[in-house]
Amino acid sequence: MSTTNAVELRNVVKRFGDIAAVDHVSLEIRDGEFFSLLGPSGCGKTTTLRMIAGFEYPSSGSIVIHGREMATIPPHRRPVNTVFQSYALFPHLTVAQNVAFGLEMQRRPKDEIAARVREALEQVRLSGFADRRPRQLSGGQQQRVALARALINQPEVLLLDEPLGALDQKLRKELQIELKSLQRRVGITFVFVTHDQEEALTMSDRIAVMSQGKVLQIGSPTEIYERPTCRFVADFIGETNFIAGKVIENGANAATIETPDGLRLRGLTPRPVRVGEPAVLSIRPEKALLLAPGDARAGHAFAIPARVELVSYIGSDTRITVRLNDQRTFDVWEQNTLSTLDRDAYWQPGEPAVLVCPPDNALVLTE
Amino acid sequence: MTLNALERERQRRERRTLAALLTPGLLWLILFFALPLVIILVYSFMTNGPRGNIVWQFTLGNYVDLFTRSIYFNAYLRSIWISVLTTVICLVLGYPLALFIVRQPPRWRTVLLFLVLIPFWTNFLVRIYAWQIILANNGLINSALRSLGLPPLTLLNTEGATLLGLVYGELPFMVLPIYAALDRFDFTLMEAAADLGASKRRAFWRVMLPMTMPGVAAGSVLVFIPTIGQFVVSELLGGAKVDYLGNLIQRLFLRSNPPNWPLGSAMAMAMMLVLLALILIYFRTTTEEDR
Ligand SMILES: Nc1ncnc2c1ncn2[C@@H]1O[C@H](COP(=O)(O)OP(=O)(O)OP(=O)(O)O)[C@@H](O)[C@H]1O
Ligand SMILES: [Mg+2]
Repeated sequence: MSTTNAVELRNVVKRFGDIAAVDHVSLEIRDGEFFSLLGPSGCGKTTTLRMIAGFEYPSSGSIVIHGREMATIPPHRRPVNTVFQSYALFPHLTVAQNVAFGLEMQRRPKDEIAARVREALEQVRLSGFADRRPRQLSGGQQQRVALARALINQPEVLLLDEPLGALDQKLRKELQIELKSLQRRVGITFVFVTHDQEEALTMSDRIAVMSQGKVLQIGSPTEIYERPTCRFVADFIGETNFIAGKVIENGANAATIETPDGLRLRGLTPRPVRVGEPAVLSIRPEKALLLAPGDARAGHAFAIPARVELVSYIGSDTRITVRLNDQRTFDVWEQNTLSTLDRDAYWQPGEPAVLVCPPDNALVLTE
Repeated sequence: MTLNALERERQRRERRTLAALLTPGLLWLILFFALPLVIILVYSFMTNGPRGNIVWQFTLGNYVDLFTRSIYFNAYLRSIWISVLTTVICLVLGYPLALFIVRQPPRWRTVLLFLVLIPFWTNFLVRIYAWQIILANNGLINSALRSLGLPPLTLLNTEGATLLGLVYGELPFMVLPIYAALDRFDFTLMEAAADLGASKRRAFWRVMLPMTMPGVAAGSVLVFIPTIGQFVVSELLGGAKVDYLGNLIQRLFLRSNPPNWPLGSAMAMAMMLVLLALILIYFRTTTEEDR
């Protein structure tokens, strides 16, 4: 594995008027990796991508692509290509002319262009569509033309701004797999913008989670999901239960919190916390245990008596909402590993139960 | 069976509504457009009488005169030439102006468009007279030059003044359609072009200009048509030193003694021929993009 970085952002700030769309972002995107920028709408993903492409220049900080400082390089001289969210295909040109555009700008010989266009269209399975206009194509086909038009230039980095955003769910899933395998095949660094966490988790080697112009955490999909370092990331990625309280005890990499209503819970601490500090315990619904009151494990140190309130059976899982006390409910998801019609195998509303939050499955987070 | 009858009844009603809607417009067009055109066409093949009356005798002589006598044919060519020149200058000035306006924040855009339209608030003739005052030998420009100790320039009553007046008068008709085309243009496409390695200049020629061609074509037609028939500007600013088609037609119909309506009509028809060619080109260049 080479250690060069395809793209480096060093303390990049972008201001529009007095709002900072991108606020001191530092990233190192490795060569050949599938890197995602993930965050809610307006968090600065597009702006970050546009600065790498050269459509915007940072207010401060620097952008380096394969060791070259980009501050003075205009977009048409950068070794990157973009797949735009709206595809931005040229409506007055045919599919083949669209794909050929980049090579034409490099003034390649005509027969080389023709051959490479044919090859690129084959690669995205659009060989029969060379003479159509973009508007005569479906959304998914347009998306593939946009991809071919960018990849034919063999960029050092491919930037993709929510390339699947306009497609329906099923097509989206298909193209996710296609895009990922394409990236493996061509070995080009992909910087992929999305606000869909599932998409980011499925496709990425690493993810940067952004919020309000800042990068909150960078890590592999597993790290981001299993060890979020702050409340925002835990909340944004997947589902979770939050229980707010104060830190009362603090070990090497775990801590205990106490809530105002007297619950005590323990969890791992991805970031150090101080005793007395306000914190939340975050535990994912599939990582908590719901036990019958007589269960041997119900004597666990962090067991809490509960009552089943809502049960929704969704096929693969059953999602149960339990009530801990007047102010507090909690979600537990159980996988339906047994194939049974027996009513007693499922929780019923009103049943008493015991909730266990195993400390190894929970996190204590600040902010 | 009944369904068919109902369908036929529905179609009959639709036809009747359509006819009712179209009749006033059609009558108007026939009365004020087609009919005069036919009259002019007929006149152009008639003979001029000794006292300017029309002698109903078929002749091709008017057209022969037009294309063989240099006074007429030169005016014809001169009109085409100054119209082309006016159109090109309006295009070269108008495109960047429209582009500049379209790139402003929405509030400023409205203000700037308004400024482009403001001249229309004043009568065209009044504005041309204003240009006389500016260009005259003791006009604004020459007074300014004199006060700076520079020699005066002959500006008024030159062909340059005619061209200036025409460009001045027609520029908004170029700016507006191009503005409309640019307003519809998706500027992300310019970023896409840059992203694919096109400099600003190449992106303009390969993407922006082809995509705004309908606006350019519409603007050019709008500028060219009135310019080829104009006679006021060349008279008031050009000093009627050289004849354009419009001046000759006006003279043949109204001023010469005796008048020569058949020859004037032939000239008008010749003018229409140029316009027809132009409009054909216009439709050729735009149908595809407009679809
Ligand atoms: N050209 C601009 N002028 C002013 N403000 C801008 C401009 N571009 C972006 N912004 C602001 O910067 C912030 C970040 O925008 P950006 O487009 O990067 O968000 P995003 O993460 O891509 O959101 P989305 O998921 O909705 O696409 C937003 O508050 C936006 O309003
Ligand atoms: Mg965006």
